[in-house]
Amino acid sequence: MRRLFLVLAAALLPIAALPFTAGAAPDDYTQVERGRYLAIGGDCVACHTIPGGTQWAGGRGIQTPFGDIVTPNLTPDEETGIGHWSADDFYRAMHTGVMPSGAHLYPAFPYTYYTKVTRADSDAIYAFLRTLPAVHNAVDRDTLPFPFKVRALMLGWNEMFFRAGTFEADPQRSAEYNRGAYLVEGLGHCGACHTPMNWAGANDAARYLQGNVLQAWTDPNITDEQRIGLGSWSVDDIVEYLKTGRNARAQASGPMAEVVVYSTSGMSDADLHAIATYLKQRGAAGPAAPSPRPADDAQMQSGAVVYTDNCSACHKRDGTGVEAMFPPLRGDQVVQQTDPTTVLRIVLQGAQGAATDAAPTAPAMPAFSWRLSDQQVADVVTYIRNSWGNTAQAVPASDAARLRKRVADTAE
Amino acid sequence: MTISTRRQLLASAAIIVFSRAAFGHTILGKLPWRPNEVYPPEPLGSPGWHFFTPGEAATVDAMVDRFIPADELGPGGKQAGCTVFIDRQLSGPYGTYEWLYMKGPFPADPLPSQGLQSPLTPRQQYRLGLAALNAYCRGKYDNRAFAQLDADAQDKLLDGMEKGEVQLPEFSARMLFGTVLANTMEGFFADPIYGGNRDMAGWKLIGFPGTRYDYRDVMQNPNKPYSLPPVGLKGRVSADRSPT
Amino acid sequence: MTQRLPAKDVVVVGLGWTGSILSYELARSGLEVVAIERGPWRDTAADFNITTAPDELRYGIRLEMFLRPAQETVTMRNTPEQRALPIRRFGSFLPPNGVGGAGMHWNGQTWRFLPTDFVIRSHYAQRYGAGFLPEGNQIQDWGVTYDELEPFYDAFEYCAGISGEAGNLQGKIQPGGNPFEGPRSRPYPTPPQLQGYAQQLFAQASAGKGLHPFPRPSANISTAYTNPYGVRMAPCTYCGFCERFGCANYSKASPQTCVLPALVRQPGFEARTECEVLKVNLTPDGKHATGVTYIDTQGQQWEQPADLVLLCAFSFFNVRLLLLSGIGKPYDHAAGEGVVGRNYAYQTGSGSTGYFGEGTHFNPFAASGSLGVAVDDYNSDNFDHGSVGFVGGASITCAYTNGRPIAYRPTLPGTPNWGSAWKRGVKTMYNRAMGVGAQGSVMSYRDNYLDLDPTYKDDYGRPLLRMTFNYQPNEQKMANWMADRCDEIVKAMGAQQTRIGHLGVPWSVVPYQTTHNTGGAVMGTDPKTSALNRYLQSWDVSNVFVMGASAFPQNAGYNPTGTVGALTYWSLNAIREQYLKAPGPLVQI
Repeated sequence: MRRLFLVLAAALLPIAALPFTAGAAPDDYTQVERGRYLAIGGDCVACHTIPGGTQWAGGRGIQTPFGDIVTPNLTPDEETGIGHWSADDFYRAMHTGVMPSGAHLYPAFPYTYYTKVTRADSDAIYAFLRTLPAVHNAVDRDTLPFPFKVRALMLGWNEMFFRAGTFEADPQRSAEYNRGAYLVEGLGHCGACHTPMNWAGANDAARYLQGNVLQAWTDPNITDEQRIGLGSWSVDDIVEYLKTGRNARAQASGPMAEVVVYSTSGMSDADLHAIATYLKQRGAAGPAAPSPRPADDAQMQSGAVVYTDNCSACHKRDGTGVEAMFPPLRGDQVVQQTDPTTVLRIVLQGAQGAATDAAPTAPAMPAFSWRLSDQQVADVVTYIRNSWGNTAQAVPASDAARLRKRVADTAE
Repeated sequence: MTISTRRQLLASAAIIVFSRAAFGHTILGKLPWRPNEVYPPEPLGSPGWHFFTPGEAATVDAMVDRFIPADELGPGGKQAGCTVFIDRQLSGPYGTYEWLYMKGPFPADPLPSQGLQSPLTPRQQYRLGLAALNAYCRGKYDNRAFAQLDADAQDKLLDGMEKGEVQLPEFSARMLFGTVLANTMEGFFADPIYGGNRDMAGWKLIGFPGTRYDYRDVMQNPNKPYSLPPVGLKGRVSADRSPT
Repeated sequence: MTQRLPAKDVVVVGLGWTGSILSYELARSGLEVVAIERGPWRDTAADFNITTAPDELRYGIRLEMFLRPAQETVTMRNTPEQRALPIRRFGSFLPPNGVGGAGMHWNGQTWRFLPTDFVIRSHYAQRYGAGFLPEGNQIQDWGVTYDELEPFYDAFEYCAGISGEAGNLQGKIQPGGNPFEGPRSRPYPTPPQLQGYAQQLFAQASAGKGLHPFPRPSANISTAYTNPYGVRMAPCTYCGFCERFGCANYSKASPQTCVLPALVRQPGFEARTECEVLKVNLTPDGKHATGVTYIDTQGQQWEQPADLVLLCAFSFFNVRLLLLSGIGKPYDHAAGEGVVGRNYAYQTGSGSTGYFGEGTHFNPFAASGSLGVAVDDYNSDNFDHGSVGFVGGASITCAYTNGRPIAYRPTLPGTPNWGSAWKRGVKTMYNRAMGVGAQGSVMSYRDNYLDLDPTYKDDYGRPLLRMTFNYQPNEQKMANWMADRCDEIVKAMGAQQTRIGHLGVPWSVVPYQTTHNTGGAVMGTDPKTSALNRYLQSWDVSNVFVMGASAFPQNAGYNPTGTVGALTYWSLNAIREQYLKAPGPLVQI
C-alpha cells in the first residue's frame, strides 16, 4: 500500500509547497507559469512536436507551397535545441525572424505575427522553455529544395512583405477588443491560416481573415460575414467553440481541432472572450453569395439520394444535426466556403472532433471514400452546399478525384 | 516528486500516444483515430469459383434454387447470388471454423443439448456432403447428379433429407441439408456486399430497408407502410457483381 | 521467462463497464491504474462506424466482435453425472471480448432489481414459510439492500443517460411508470423512447387486463445527453442494430460512449489490450495479491505488480481466474462445500408470438435494443405465489429489438422452411408478427455450478471452465406459467393466431437465449456460502475485488447490467471511502 499512500499524500499538498527544482529559480515561478500560458496561446507545441513524439523536441514537417520545412527542437539542449540561446536571441527571432547565427527563419515560423508580441511576453515564454527537460533531437533544418533553401532569399522577402513592429492598441476600441486584437494579430497568429496568401506565400493583408486553403484544408473566413464567416455566431458561441472544440453549430476537426486541443482550450475565458469580441467587432468581408443550384439540377437530385442514404441518420434529413455531436449542415460556414476542400476531405477520409477536458467525447465521422464514387461525393457536397438555405458553388467530380488522390490512404 | 516529473508537469499538455508497444497495444491520452481508417468486408475478389468445383457449384445452384425458387414473388437463390455467397464464405474464416473451439476429443455420443460436436469444418461438410449427395443420386436416379433431377424429384429428396428419412453414403444427410439451407438463407438476406441478395432480392421480398440506420420517421408514424427503397453498405445497387 | 514491470497502484482485469468505471474513478483520485484487456481496443470511430456497423452477417451471425471459442470457451453438461463437452460454437449465450466488453454489444435494457430480490430468502420465508423454497435450492440474501444500493443505481443510470419513466419517486407512485419498482431518488436522466405500433397495442391490452404497462428503461437514449463525466451522447435513431453490434450513433450507453473518452485523458491511466491475464499472483501464504501475470500476442509473459487487483472480466472468466489463481475455496459439489463456482444461474425465456391481419405494419426493423413496453405484475414477489407453487417471476415485455432478416423470418405455424410456400409465408408475415416475452428469474441450486474441466484446455494449457446447468422444475413451472400469461395478452391485442413458446428443456447451448450468466463468485454475509463480502471484496484475499454478475447469489427476472453498474459504484465507494484509508478486510467475520 505504500505507493497508494504516497500518491494520496501528494495530492493533498498545496501546489506552492512543492519544491521547485527546474532550471529557473523559485522566484521565476510566476514568470514561468505565465510563459507556459503564453506558449499555449501561441500554439507552439503543435508545430514543435511530432505527433506521438517528445513534446517540444521539434521534427514535425510543415508543408508549404515551396516544400516541407521541419520544425526545430525548442528544448534547452545545448547541441540540438536552443540551450545556447539568450532571452535577447529569443526575442530577436520572435520579433524579426532572425536566428542568433544571423540566418533567416522562414515565415512558416509566424514571426510576421509574433513581431507584435511584447518583450515581456517573449521573455516569459523563454523562461518557460528553459524549464523543459533538454532532449537531444537533431533536426534536419535544410529540407527545402533549391532555390528556396537559400535562407538569404528571405532578406528580399522580408523587404517586400514584412515590417517588424509592436502592437498598437486602437484607442477608439474597448480594452477587451484590444486584448483580442493583440492575441489574434500577434501570438495567436490566426491569420497565418485564415488569410489568403499571395504568390510568395505572404498573407494578403487586404483580405485579412477571409479564408484560405492550406495543406488540403479550407481555413474558413473568420470575419463577421453572415454566410461563410462568423456572422451568425454569438461571442459566446465562439468562446464555447475555442474552449471545448464544439458548440451547437460546429465541431472542430482537422487542423483546428489541434489548435483547440493544444492552444485555445487552455486559454482563460477572459482571453477567449476578448478574441471573440475582436473577431465579431472587426467587421465582415467576403465574396457575394452565388445563386443557389436549382433543385432539379442533376447533381442536386443525385446528391439528395446520396445524402438520404448516407448522411441523414446523423445529420438528419433537414440538415439540423445533433447539437454538439453531429454538426448541423444547414447554415454551416465551412460547408459554404467558396473552396470546398474541407467538406470534400471530411466526406472522403472522415474526421474526428477535438477532445478537450470540457468536451472529451471527440465524435468522429467515418471515411466514405471506400463506398462513394467521385461523382457521388461531388453530388452530395453540392447538395449540402445548396440545401436548407445554403448557397455555394457546385463541385465537379474532378475536385473529388483530385482530393481523393491526395488524401486517400494517408494518416495525415 | 522528482525533478524530472516536475519538469514534465510544467511542460504538460494533452499527450497523444498510440503506440504498438512490444506487448500488445498501449492506449493512453486520447482515443486512437486515424483518417481513412475503416474496415469494410473483404471484397469478393476475382471472378469464378474460389472454393467450389464446377460440379459442386452446379449442385449448390440446384439446391439454392429449390430452397428459394424463382417465382412470381421474385428471383430464386441462384439468381440472387446465394451460391457465390456460399463459395466466398467457405473461402474465408467461416469455411475452416477458424474462430471455433476445434480441439479434441470429439466423442461420438454427445448430448443434443451440447450442440456442435463434429470435427468437420464447413469446407469438409460441403466437399464430402455434396459428393455423398451426388453419389446417392447417381445410384438412385439412373446415374444422374442432383442438378440433373427435375424440380419435383429434387424437392422430394430435400424433404427426405430434412426429415432424416434419406441416408446418404458416409455422410449425414441432415447435416448437409441444415448447413446448405442455413447458408442459403444467410446469402439471400445478408448485405449484397457478400455476393448474395443481388439487387436486394431478399430484402425486397419482405420489405427490409437494409442499412438505413434511421427510423425516427417510422416511430413517429406507427402502422404505416415504409416507403424508401432498401440500401446496402455499397448503396442502392449491388455495385460488385464480379464473380462467375 | 516472465518479465517484471514497474508496479502500479491498481491493476484492472478487463475493460468493460465495470473496469472502465473503476479505472476512471480511481485514476481521477490520483492513483496509477493499468487496465489489461485480452481483446482489441474498440471504438465507435474505427470499429463500428455507420459505414460498416449495420452488417447482420458479420456481427450478428458470424459474431465478429464476440469472444471466439478458439480463444476461450466453457464446457457444458446439464447434470453432474454427465460428461461435459466444450461449447464449440457459442449459441445460447455470447460472451464478450475486447474493450467495452458486453457493454459494447448489449441491447441496453437497464433495470433495477426490486427491493425483495435482495432479501429473497428471508422475504419468502416470512411470507410463505420456510418450506416454500424449491428442493435443492441454495437461494440466499445478497448482504446488501435496495436502499443501500439506490444512490449507486442512480450513479450508473446518470453515467449511462438511461431513458425511462419513474414509477416510484421517493415513495410516491408516478403515473406511467412501474408502480412496483423501489423508490428512486430522482427521475431518469432522459425521457422514455418512442414506442411502435405493437407496443401501443400491448399497452392497451395489458392495461385492459388490470396490469400496469410502462416503457422499458433503455440505454438507447431518447435525447442528446451529457453525463457527469462530460461525455456526450446523441439520440437513438431506432436503427435496429443494437445487440451484437456497436452503436455508430453514440446513442447506446457503453464504455465507449460514456466513460472511455474521459478515462483516456486521465494521466494516471493506461490500457494494455490484446494481453490476457493468466493468473492473479499471491504471496506464499496465499492471503495477499501481489499483482497479475499476463501474456501478450507474441507469447511473452509479463508480471504486473499492483497493490490492488480488480477482476472486471465477464462473469465466467472472473470465476475461472479465481479458480486458476487459488483465491477462495473451490465449490465441491459432492461435499456441498466451498464457494468459488457456487450458485451459477441463468434466466428463462418464454412467451407467445402473435400473427395479425392484413394491413398491419409493425415495421420490426424500426427498433432499438431496449425499446418496449413492459409489465411487472408477475415479477419477483409482486403477486401472490401461494397459489402458483413456484418461486420467482418474470418481466413481461412487448418489444422488437430488430428486424434483421437472416435471424428474423417469422412465418405462420405449419409453414415449410423453404420453397415457394416459405417465400409466400415470410413475405406475408414479416410485417405482421410480434412477440410478447417473459424474461424470468433462475434460482440457485446445489446442482447448478461452475468448476474446472478435467479434459479440455485452452491454448495456454489451462483447464477450461466447466458449467453444470439445467432448468430445475421450479423454473420450468414458472416460465411456462408466464408463457400462458403472455399468450393471454397477445390474444387481447387482436392477434388472429398465436404460438406459445415454452421453456426449452433440458437447457441447450444451441439456440440463443440470453447472455445473463450469473453467480460463481457470489457476494454475501457468510464466507461459507459466498466468495465475496458485501463490498465485492474477496473474503480470502482482501486486496482482490471481483465485479460483475458473478456476484449475484441467484438471478432475477431482469437484465443484469443496471445492477452490475450499481454494485460497481457501491464497491467503488467502499474502496475509496474505507479501503484506501485502511487497506484490509472491510467486513470482519
